[in-house]
Amino acid sequence: MKKIEAIIKPFKLDAVKEALQGLGIQGMTVSEVKGFGRQRGHTELYRGAEYVVDFQPKVKLEVVVSDDRVEPAIDAIIGAASTGKIGDGKIFVSSLGDVVRIRTGERGEAAI
Amino acid sequence: MSETIPGLPGQIKSRPRRAGTLASLLAAAALLLPSTALAQAGRIDAADTSWILVATALVLFMTIPGLALFYGGLVHAKNVLSVLMQCLALTGAVTIVWLVFGYSLAFDPTGMVAGETGLHAFIGGLSRMFLADVEASTAWGSIPEILFFSFQMTFAIITPALIVGAFAERMKFSAMLVFSLVWLVLVYTPICHMTWGGDGSFFGDMGVLDFAGGIVVHITAGIAALVACIVVGPRTGYGTTPMFPHNLTMTITGTAMLWVGWFGFNGGSALTASGDAAMAITVTHISASAAALTWMGIEWFLHEKPSALGLATGAIAGLAAVTPASGFIGPMGGLAIGIASGWLCYIASTSVKRKFGYDDSLDVFGVHGVGGFVGTILAGVFCAQSFGGNMGYIDIPSQVGRQLGAAVITIVYTAVVTWAILKAVDAVIGLRIDADGENQGLDLTLHDETGYRL
Repeated sequence: MKKIEAIIKPFKLDAVKEALQGLGIQGMTVSEVKGFGRQRGHTELYRGAEYVVDFQPKVKLEVVVSDDRVEPAIDAIIGAASTGKIGDGKIFVSSLGDVVRIRTGERGEAAI
Repeated sequence: MSETIPGLPGQIKSRPRRAGTLASLLAAAALLLPSTALAQAGRIDAADTSWILVATALVLFMTIPGLALFYGGLVHAKNVLSVLMQCLALTGAVTIVWLVFGYSLAFDPTGMVAGETGLHAFIGGLSRMFLADVEASTAWGSIPEILFFSFQMTFAIITPALIVGAFAERMKFSAMLVFSLVWLVLVYTPICHMTWGGDGSFFGDMGVLDFAGGIVVHITAGIAALVACIVVGPRTGYGTTPMFPHNLTMTITGTAMLWVGWFGFNGGSALTASGDAAMAITVTHISASAAALTWMGIEWFLHEKPSALGLATGAIAGLAAVTPASGFIGPMGGLAIGIASGWLCYIASTSVKRKFGYDDSLDVFGVHGVGGFVGTILAGVFCAQSFGGNMGYIDIPSQVGRQLGAAVITIVYTAVVTWAILKAVDAVIGLRIDADGENQGLDLTLHDETGYRL
């Protein structure tokens, strides 16, 4: 089992969600985050002075998938989240120690 | 001989001397006749009273919630309640002080003689403490005196409330209350008395024009703010960390409330339901519009984008600046004052502020101090008939000289006394919260509350 974390542009959330659901992935967790990579910040004007704000709003999407679904999931995310411009985001894949369903106590792939 | 009605400087109306033996005898006689027991000596005018009743509510609305929201949106989210609380608490506290002796110190006419400069040219007596002898039927000009009391009270409330913008996000609530109330008595009441006390008042006898509070409200609050923000010191991180408004929607809402409320502030200062009041609100509105567009235009030119906050602040600058002149000028004067204040307050709130490095957090000095000063001076110009004003063929340089003299005296007095009060309060209870508290925010630190639970 692998955990896929994708940092994407906020307006791409719906497209990515639908792409993953199309693969049969049923659950995910989404959080609003701030970050930057190579994307430059934006300027804000306050009292006649311009300030550069480095952090961009992003959305972090986390899904847990079985090993055979990792590559399809990555492809789906890239397909849906990409705009071709700097700031599209990144995907991190990590191995998981275990997964547990709280309601039933199931573990492992049965709990995904 | 005609006498100036207190609260209406520069405008001469005929009116008998108030509160004499004759009036008391007439009142006593009236009580003996059932059908006229409740009749006043025909001086209270229903139209004037109606308008000033409304104006009083409008001006109170300017503080709560107008100013509260304007300031609240400009601070960090963790300090929003502290600002709202300061405005609300000052409303209550100033009211009590005003009732007890504030009103008397400001407006008691005892001992005042036109042209004489004794103690009572500078401060009133205590004959009106607790509104003694003032009943619902007692008149002050053409309105009930109790209404004049309440109307002026709303001005007394908003002036210290304006100052809180200078030390927002770092001043202790207790220190703020003590400072504000002492300041009200030691600075506001004498300046108010000197300007609006009528015949025998120091500035009144000088012929200084201040229709609705350029000197009494904006210069005093603006200078006090400048002194306070320097004495209290800047916010931690000021100059290195950008400090953005947390909720500009609140600020713009507050701006609109101030703009509309100002119709009561300037229009009500006519103390009559008349063409004078109508002209006052019109020039007020024109000045606000001109100043807002001027500020917006400067930003658009310098930064390629106009900002909502700039537009809003420009409007406030225009409103503050036109305040002393509003009853004496015509529409073109309003336009001129709006453009001048939009431009000068912009400079004061941006490059001047940055150059000298003081943390006047919410630009009280830049907007109200500078705006009030600009308007006080320009009142001396645009009150002249040749510029559309209603003061006839006044000698403009002399009038400007009088305006400037009063402004300078006010500035010096306010600065010195404000500094002294702050130092005294600091010595006794301390002005500022500690660094940890400031970091966590005043709402949690001083009030154990959170503004938002989203």
